[in-house]
Amino acid sequence: MSNQSLRRWSWIHKWSSLVCTVFMLLLCLTGLPLIYHHEIGHLLGNDVEAPALAPELAANPPRANLDDVIAAGKALYPGKIMMYMSQEIDEPAIWNVTLGDHPNDEHYKPIAVDARTAKVITEPAFEGGAFMSTMLRLHVDLFAGLPGMLFLGFMGLLLIVAIVSGVVLYAPFMRKLEFGTVREGRTKRLKWLDLHNLLGIVTLVWALVVGATGVVNTLADVLLKVWQATEIAAMLEPYKNAKPPERMASMDAAVKTAMAAEPGMQVAFVAFPGTPFASPHHYGVFMRGDQAFSSRLYKPVLIDAETGVITDHRDLPWYLTALLISQPLHFGDYGGGWMKFLWAMLDLATIAVLGSGLYLWVKRGRKAKAGVKDSVDAAQPAQPAQPALARTGESR
Amino acid sequence: MNERFMAVWGMPILLGILTTIGLISALLGDGLWDAVSALALGAPVAVGGWFSLRRKKH
Repeated sequence: MSNQSLRRWSWIHKWSSLVCTVFMLLLCLTGLPLIYHHEIGHLLGNDVEAPALAPELAANPPRANLDDVIAAGKALYPGKIMMYMSQEIDEPAIWNVTLGDHPNDEHYKPIAVDARTAKVITEPAFEGGAFMSTMLRLHVDLFAGLPGMLFLGFMGLLLIVAIVSGVVLYAPFMRKLEFGTVREGRTKRLKWLDLHNLLGIVTLVWALVVGATGVVNTLADVLLKVWQATEIAAMLEPYKNAKPPERMASMDAAVKTAMAAEPGMQVAFVAFPGTPFASPHHYGVFMRGDQAFSSRLYKPVLIDAETGVITDHRDLPWYLTALLISQPLHFGDYGGGWMKFLWAMLDLATIAVLGSGLYLWVKRGRKAKAGVKDSVDAAQPAQPAQPALARTGESR
Repeated sequence: MNERFMAVWGMPILLGILTTIGLISALLGDGLWDAVSALALGAPVAVGGWFSLRRKKH
């Protein structure tokens, strides 16, 4: 690599990292508890468990009528309207019902209803309680809504640039070193440079994947709007002049209709009219498969909210499929306890890479002051007193 | 692609492939797939941990 291109890549690596590092540190730190949000929820007593049924019922648990489930939630907040109801794949005994003042209410009320008896179990803590909610908001949008999300997405793009430029710089640094060399006993900076290179290269693919899928996730709201403006709008064409539904069709019947239309699939969630996942005239019933992979993908069935008849069902467009696949790859929630642990370890290693990178920049040392970029120290042999990076920039 | 290239890039490429296998495997299935994923994804963690935490004898 020529000195000039080395200098160029160093410049790219330095500035792309410097701009995003503080935010990436924040994302790594807030991401750590989010990996374990189930366990933390359990510790804090914020997780919801379905009560045990009487033994004669437990063997063959009943399924409550969904209209009764909805009524149970609504009885708590008679003035509010239904926004969503959803089920987690491993907890069919609970319906998570959300009610709000309007279909886009950010301060919605979550209610857990027993899916077998249609009795309210509890009102779970909003977003898992104050601590987890703060972690989540800092991680997702810095409490700044869509602009915050897109800003973090841009920082994620810079991270990808930093990773790629870091890989380019890895080779010249490692030309005369064995893999994994950590030179101790010389300068502290040299040791941290080696650790930076080592941990950076071992976390490379994971960090790229988590970074890129994180960027995709920041586009979720935008992609949803695109979907509404195109496909939902097309499905709504026949309803152009229709008045909003006056009488709502039975949700229980609507879900049965949807399940008959998509055999072998389960209901993941139902979006009520007016929410971003439905239309003003429809229930959006989102079905998922029952296999490890297909359970991540949704198939929407749109049901006329007044007549209960299926209007349309189609596959999600590719960009929403990409979004859904990018979510597990970002969260690390699809491989059990070991995966969560490894996700946490890789997260910690990334914190070390970010922190050491910052340290290396702060301790640029005398060379930087002398006007020589340390990482591109030229071909001259190093002075014995300053062995630090002498090997890095030799032209080939 | 000479010896030096492999000396520098051999391990990073291997770890990259293992990470990729680890990330995809658990997406495709449960049980055995998750175990394969844990082993493959454990490789970069183990290698990173080993080389950064070991202390050389002087």
